[in-house]
Amino acid sequence: MPLTSTDKVAHLADRARFVRTETVRLTRIAGAGHYSAVFSCAELFAVLYYAQLRLDPSRPDWPDRDRFVLSKGHAAIGLYPVLADLGFFDPSELDTYTRLGSPFGDHPDMRRIPGVDFSSGSLGHGLSIAAGMALAGRMSGSDHRTYCMLGDGELAEGQIWEAAMSAGHFRLGNLVAIVDANQLGIDGFVRDVMAAEPIDRRFAAFGWQTHRVDGHDIPALLELFAGLPGAADGPPQLVVADTVKGKGVARMELSPDWHVGNLAGADYDDVLAELGQERA
Amino acid sequence: MSTQDQSELFNGTANVGLKDTRSVDGTDTRAIPAFVFGEELAHLADHDPRIVVLTADLARSNRATDFAARHPERFVNVGIAEKNMITMAAGMAASGYIPFAATFGAFAALLGAEQIRTDCAYPGMPVRVVGHHSGMSMGFYGTSHHSLEDLGMMRCIADLTVVCATDANHLRALLRLSLDHPGAMYIRLGRGRDPQVYDEVPDLAIGRAETVRDGTDLTIIATGSEVHPALQAADELAGAGVSTRVVDMFTVAPLDRAAVLDAARSTGAVLTVEEGNVTGGLGSAVAECLFEAGARVPFRRHGVSDEHVPVGPPAALYAHYRLDGPGIARIARELLDSSKGTP
Repeated sequence: MPLTSTDKVAHLADRARFVRTETVRLTRIAGAGHYSAVFSCAELFAVLYYAQLRLDPSRPDWPDRDRFVLSKGHAAIGLYPVLADLGFFDPSELDTYTRLGSPFGDHPDMRRIPGVDFSSGSLGHGLSIAAGMALAGRMSGSDHRTYCMLGDGELAEGQIWEAAMSAGHFRLGNLVAIVDANQLGIDGFVRDVMAAEPIDRRFAAFGWQTHRVDGHDIPALLELFAGLPGAADGPPQLVVADTVKGKGVARMELSPDWHVGNLAGADYDDVLAELGQERA
Repeated sequence: MSTQDQSELFNGTANVGLKDTRSVDGTDTRAIPAFVFGEELAHLADHDPRIVVLTADLARSNRATDFAARHPERFVNVGIAEKNMITMAAGMAASGYIPFAATFGAFAALLGAEQIRTDCAYPGMPVRVVGHHSGMSMGFYGTSHHSLEDLGMMRCIADLTVVCATDANHLRALLRLSLDHPGAMYIRLGRGRDPQVYDEVPDLAIGRAETVRDGTDLTIIATGSEVHPALQAADELAGAGVSTRVVDMFTVAPLDRAAVLDAARSTGAVLTVEEGNVTGGLGSAVAECLFEAGARVPFRRHGVSDEHVPVGPPAALYAHYRLDGPGIARIARELLDSSKGTP
């Protein structure tokens, strides 16, 4: 099937919708959760997990699998349903989300969730983890790639730039960093709180090859990821995905009020309807 | 001495070699732990493909150069970026490696505390964070380079094993043991001039203290570079008729509680000695153990009394803080004398 065949794109769009609706459903279980930071990367999750990553859900520890490090760990609530859907674990387990002792908290735990390649939560660490994994992959002779998803607000963490410098220095061509540039942090627009742009030029100055794409445009994402250069000794690859925080729900789009929130009553049904689902 | 030699000596990196027996307190060294670090790991790595070594522009200080020369493909210098080093090590550990990430203790533990907790200890990664030039061994480099808080900070991280190397042979034993120890470890080394306590590579078990001298009147519980002066103090006390047990509590976490309680029962008085802040470190750990067990014995924590250490040559600082043999003996006498007055 061609990369951008209508069926394939429609399927991935449906999976992105699934990420959003499951996020809404699980957030209701918990009573609060991160909506908008998941909605911005729903298409990225769909394209990476259903079209790009080399994975085998029956072998979560397969040494030659591609790695995915969710540095913006607060988007985990959108990742769990994907892992379940792919068969890493039974989807019914998700109903324990945030209950006492559940494997599924607001941030992902590699020790307890098959398919999670590393625990995260404290922002700024993921790119170093991914650089270590990429370096290890090269040392062990594996041809796998390591993908790391960052938020644009997260780029204010100094460790990101330590990692960016080292990945450029070591020419980790098997490392792909994706910045979900959704423009908002908790306190407002990233450009006002602590400007991250020009993200691509900053990474380029550290020795990365950079790409910029509309993070909600599935055909463009498919084409970009499939066309990344081989994972040998080239520069690390950066994908800046321009996205909209809260994408898909009008009241949440580019609104700082929905970084963490809770939909109740009729609002819950309205949002599910807006996302194209039947009313609960 | 060439300019470069002088520069290396100034930086604490001089290759004084095994023939040089200088140490910070003038005692015989014979073997030099920090130099052993790179050499021993290079040897172990010949047979263990999991070992990798990372450092943050300090390979000359911790002798990772010896490892790099033998296994260049498994040596990573991240530059002056300690947080990145520790977290990258965690990423490598997740791919099956056993990374040793080495830098000055002050930077490893204080700068890297969150990375050690969140990326190494919590996910159970077999990362070995090596903090060398511990305590006040950096002397006149000043507060930024003194590592007085690392034991306290590392000790309060769950699922992190915290060990201190006593001398070169002891370090060899620790490095060998670490290869099959589950989870993350913090390994504390001195400056690399610690006098020899163990004549050969000891048969250690992590979590089990070593009684390096037995006695009946008092126990000195020491760790790392303070074990040797504790033995010197025991010699001096013996001359005054005080029989002193010396326990090398090289595993600070988890603490060997049985050894602590046995010391209290058998010798009736306990003195802890550490090259660091007494708040939170070995002394605090022993105090918690004694008090929680209801042990009512004369007890004193000896180390740095919750203050920033001034600059000075290391030997002068050890004398100033009574962390040399005579100083420890004097503290021990004070403890025993004061306890005689206790009803």
